[in-house]
Amino acid sequence: MPRPAPLIEMRGISKSFGAVKANEAVDLSVAPGEILGLLGENGAGKTTLMNVLFGAYAPDAGEILVQGRPVTINSSADALAAGIGMVHQHFHLAPRLSVLENLLIGIPGKSGRIDRAGGLARLGEIGRQHGLTLDPDLPVSALSVGEQQRLEIVKALFRGARLLILDEPTAVLAPTEVDGLFSALRSMAAQGLGIIFISHKLNEVRALTHRCVVLRHGRVAGRVDAPASTTSSEMARLMCGHEIVPPARGPSTPGAAVLTLDDISTSRHSGMALRDVSLAVRAGEILGIAGVSGNGQRALAEVISGVRAPDAGRMTIAGKIVSRFSPREVQALGLGRIPEDRMTTGLVTNLPLADSMVLPRIGTDAFSRNGLLRPDAIRAFAEAQIKAYDIRCPGPMTRAGALSGGNLQKALLARELAFDPKVLIVSQPTRGLDIGAARFIHEKFLDMRAKGCGIIVLGEDLEELLMLCDRIAVMYEGRIVGTLASADATIARLGLMMTGAEGHG
Amino acid sequence: MSVVLEQIFQVGFLAAIIRIATPLAFATLGEMFSERAGVLNLGIEGIMLLSAMTGFTATNLSGSLWLGVLAAVVTGALMGALHALFTVALGLSQHVCGIGVTLFSSGLAYFLYRLIFGQQSVPPSIKSFETLPIPVLSDIPVLGPAVFNQFSLVYMAILAVPLAAFVLYRTPWGLSVRMVGENPRAADSAGVGVIATRFQAVILGGALMGLAGAFLSMAQFNAFTFGLVSGRGWVAIALVVFGRWDPWRSAGAALLFAFVDALQLRMQASGLGHIPYEAFLMLPFIFTIVAMAVMSRNAVAPSALLKPFRREER
Ligand SMILES: Nc1ncnc2c1ncn2[C@@H]1O[C@H](COP(=O)(O)OP(=O)(O)O)[C@@H](O)[C@H]1O
Ligand SMILES: [Mg+2]
Repeated sequence: MPRPAPLIEMRGISKSFGAVKANEAVDLSVAPGEILGLLGENGAGKTTLMNVLFGAYAPDAGEILVQGRPVTINSSADALAAGIGMVHQHFHLAPRLSVLENLLIGIPGKSGRIDRAGGLARLGEIGRQHGLTLDPDLPVSALSVGEQQRLEIVKALFRGARLLILDEPTAVLAPTEVDGLFSALRSMAAQGLGIIFISHKLNEVRALTHRCVVLRHGRVAGRVDAPASTTSSEMARLMCGHEIVPPARGPSTPGAAVLTLDDISTSRHSGMALRDVSLAVRAGEILGIAGVSGNGQRALAEVISGVRAPDAGRMTIAGKIVSRFSPREVQALGLGRIPEDRMTTGLVTNLPLADSMVLPRIGTDAFSRNGLLRPDAIRAFAEAQIKAYDIRCPGPMTRAGALSGGNLQKALLARELAFDPKVLIVSQPTRGLDIGAARFIHEKFLDMRAKGCGIIVLGEDLEELLMLCDRIAVMYEGRIVGTLASADATIARLGLMMTGAEGHG
Repeated sequence: MSVVLEQIFQVGFLAAIIRIATPLAFATLGEMFSERAGVLNLGIEGIMLLSAMTGFTATNLSGSLWLGVLAAVVTGALMGALHALFTVALGLSQHVCGIGVTLFSSGLAYFLYRLIFGQQSVPPSIKSFETLPIPVLSDIPVLGPAVFNQFSLVYMAILAVPLAAFVLYRTPWGLSVRMVGENPRAADSAGVGVIATRFQAVILGGALMGLAGAFLSMAQFNAFTFGLVSGRGWVAIALVVFGRWDPWRSAGAALLFAFVDALQLRMQASGLGHIPYEAFLMLPFIFTIVAMAVMSRNAVAPSALLKPFRREER
């Protein structure tokens, strides 16, 4: 199929951060009405490339052409003027300002004032065209993540974007919200907009995009002209440079229960309260907890990890009753945990990685003696784990916040698994990770299962749960509404249960 | 006791509140603009002192009051620009630079004052601002003489409050100021110049602090003395928090503080002579501390306050 002249074209773009070559001689073009997929593992340079196009980073070499003419883009203002809009992975919104204020920022006013009427009119118009409606006067903090993303898209369209860049837009969405996003994107493409769509999720890329560019280590590793008829494993090979074999979950012979919850209830502090939750995880078993976020998974994870004490009910770890519900107690009983938010509750981002890696066990003899830390032991431990888990970083004294998501997750996993937990609780274990890193994490879980560890995985990614878990329980409005053996479970059935439509299965 | 109360709540009491509140209102609005853009300006105390000095001096040398006010405003704006240069352009610590600006400005004020006037037996003076009754309005009973028979700078302060609210909430520039104070990255990616906007806000803030200084030396006290500002700048910083970074509330906070201060002055002058006057002097500050503790618990500062912005940093 002959393609129309490109809307934008990037030629020979290179960009380095110190010694890191984030982009090297990258060529890329997008035609009007085309949805281009930009693929690559974490750290491949996708975000950097798009930030160059959007004027946030100055490239070291290369040129950018808009409709055939070379342009200099030194700032986001230049990019917007050239018709390029971007929805960043971490939204660029001010939570305390209203939707309309976030929309009108940087827009010249009318006779010295903010043009409220004009803004409302355009907001309504864009909403109707693409099904992107928003309440103009709500503060952004009151919006769901999906609505905030919608606002970012509207913001770009409002500024007359003819090319829209979306950096991993589906990473933050629930499966149902993804459909809405895709139909809006298709509607925009149908009107002649060019779209660059970044994602790790190959099935999404295959469903949505017309063409793909794959980056690896900052270079173009391959181009896919017909994503729909290319297999996921082919694309995965381009991304990683080698075959990716999905791990096989062999049969298991679960042992005794290592974690039990009996009629656990909590009051409503923040988020959904738990109501009479009972479950049991046995040694050598992986139990999945599926549910749309906001249905009590967070409270469940908090109770199990000893962060929050329940109002009623009983919990045991390895046969012993948990009485005080403190993180230290559950940990001493043999629980390991990998929290949902790596950055805020997982690690101390401003401290060296080594310190974060020993933090939960800082008071044990291994890392302190007579009330004083043992820096050599801490360092040696971190160095050993960095080697064992192939954590890519300059060294144990690197600031933890400087690591990429995949490497942080490996560090958290290393820190828990080093102490042979009897039970492991993880939330959204591979959120935001690329296939290579996700595989690694999955394999570790299956190893632990073979060694007799009981694992609870909380998540929304049903495909992942089905692949990993022996049984899957579904949470809805603070209750467990049913538990299925994964042999009996299908995405459709679980999806239905997650909306509360089906009772005990 | 009723005699005391009567003495306190005389006709002039209201007028005193307004007069005391004026420099606080200018200073508080100035600090508020700066902080809304994400820049804490601890230079305020020194900027007020230096502006009071330059305003006084310019008037003393030229004989023109408004030239003095202009000199004070320009001084404030320049010191604001200096603070912005350190904190916004160079991204240095706002605390350290602010205290540096205060120390530098105060030192400079004393030094220049001595340099210009030397050690005179009779302190230099100016023909200061006089009250300017507004026709008709000043005839309203009670309110008239208190509010509408004041210095022209007082009227400016009264007008400055709605004007500040308009600029902050209704103009594109005000929206940019709020956005760079909340999420500079969002402003940047919407094409707003973060550095430029912050510079402008801190300079405007400095100019308002300059007006506060001018009022002190040219209307309220008619002299430049070393203890002239005596903590009013620090109080303004507290009032911004108390006023939750909002022009109306900040002005209200300034009025409340002024009320306690005026009360304190009256109590000193009244029949409560057996209590040492220092006890009364403490009152407004105790009030500030208590009010801050009670009222500011759920006040939320601009999210990007104290945070420098560098585009290519993650
Ligand atoms: N602002 C920055 N400062 C230093 N290094 C960076 C910065 N942004 C990206 N990098 C580095 O550049 C590489 C590419 O990162 P990025 O473009 O974010 O990858 P992707 O979006 O594909 O995951 C990584 O090694 C990353 O650590
Ligand atoms: Mg990225």
